[in-house]
Amino acid sequence: MTAAVVTGLGVAAPNGLGTEAFWKATLAGRSGLAALTRFDPAQYPSVLAGEIKGFTAEDHIPSRLMPQTDHMTRLALAATDWAIGDAGADLRQLPEYGMGVVTAASGGAVEFGQRELENLWSKGKEYVSAYQSFAWFYAVNTGQISIRHKMRGPSGVLLTEQAGGIDAIGHARRHVRKGTPLVVSGGVDAALCPWGWVPQIASGRMSTVADPDRAYLPFSADACGYVVGEGGAVVILEDAASARERGAPRVYGEVAGYAATMDPAPGTGRPAGLRRAAENAIADAGLTPGDIDVVFADAAGVPELDRTEAAAITGLFGRHGVPVTAPKTMTGRLLAGGAALDVATALLSLRDGVIPPTVNVRAPAPEHGLDLVTGGPRDTDLRSALVLARGYGGFNAALVLRRTDG
Amino acid sequence: MSTGSTVTLADLTRMLRESAGEEEGVDLDGDVLDVSFDDLGYDSLAMLQVVGQIQREYGVRLPDETIADAETPRALLTLINTTGEISQAG
Repeated sequence: MTAAVVTGLGVAAPNGLGTEAFWKATLAGRSGLAALTRFDPAQYPSVLAGEIKGFTAEDHIPSRLMPQTDHMTRLALAATDWAIGDAGADLRQLPEYGMGVVTAASGGAVEFGQRELENLWSKGKEYVSAYQSFAWFYAVNTGQISIRHKMRGPSGVLLTEQAGGIDAIGHARRHVRKGTPLVVSGGVDAALCPWGWVPQIASGRMSTVADPDRAYLPFSADACGYVVGEGGAVVILEDAASARERGAPRVYGEVAGYAATMDPAPGTGRPAGLRRAAENAIADAGLTPGDIDVVFADAAGVPELDRTEAAAITGLFGRHGVPVTAPKTMTGRLLAGGAALDVATALLSLRDGVIPPTVNVRAPAPEHGLDLVTGGPRDTDLRSALVLARGYGGFNAALVLRRTDG
Repeated sequence: MSTGSTVTLADLTRMLRESAGEEEGVDLDGDVLDVSFDDLGYDSLAMLQVVGQIQREYGVRLPDETIADAETPRALLTLINTTGEISQAG
């Protein structure tokens, strides 16, 4: 079977705009978590966020697209431009039907949608943008990327909350295997507005701590929920042979294994599905747990969920059996963009032989039995990485990435 | 283009920019009066958006079916300034 490889990355993250800015900040342990400024959160219990700073949409987005795009879609379009540039792909040389787009989404463009609903309530239907017809839609990033770059091949959108970034890449790999040479994938999300905030608060999992350094402490004894951020990553997934043929400047790694599972309904007493997802992804890659050099954890930061994940990891790898990290402590959880950013981060780790740290956690709670990378980055030879993600509602996803340079 | 409530080409291009942006390679300040909206880079949704703005700002009512027939700025301005029911300019 043909190998699906990542040849380009585009990152928009709260601690760095652009792949190298993000990677430098991440290795330095610089966090993007701070007091929320996009709207006044004073009346809500959660007041921190990972906001992307310094993104001037007009610098990246054509004038015609400005009135019809939400902040989320603008970030996605910018990240896609960067990823395509990184891949050195001359799209005019590739057949339109040989390029697809599969991204992850959660609630769609809620900031755009909130503004138009406010127009409807406060001024009347004549004031609602005609572009509301599609701009809010959760498939809008896929659609706008497809239109902008004339990618008419198989396309779609996956919604599995925080697991979506992995599920989208897994699905993109299916398209590559079925003969589509290039698929734009990943996920970029943003919901930093009251309409996007309230439903997340209702999950009961968001941190209510106001100190950015103490609010999101996954696997710590002080774990108290997570902070939400915006952004994500776009990856260019290609058939290895056709990437080689067109002279792709670099291959970050192969998407070697993928699996997804669902948790059982609450109260059934059956085990959570995360371990099975990880096992299946490793087996799908033709590897064994001993071949995995680092795990990028879902790191919910909710004590019960941390226990479930730690049990899945130690069950597969043994106690302290594999380095585990959660650089999302520097960005917050990015909804549909989170797992995609973890995939990009894992590929950069493989490239440079270094594991970025889990910040703000001094040491994991001993009960978890994890070798959590804290304090600073850890240099080590890396060949294969496992990325884990869970989405609200019982979604589990796992991706195995492997270096391809021998 | 005389009375205060008449919509001019300058008014229209301003609203096109605000409502739907400006296509790369198109200069709305150029000689566009008889260039089709299609050639200016505006699709039907863009026209819906800009006509919505015209209706709000000038208090005119333009039936959807007549808008589709106005394929150029000149045709749309004629439609607005002759058949639109113009109330007090907003």
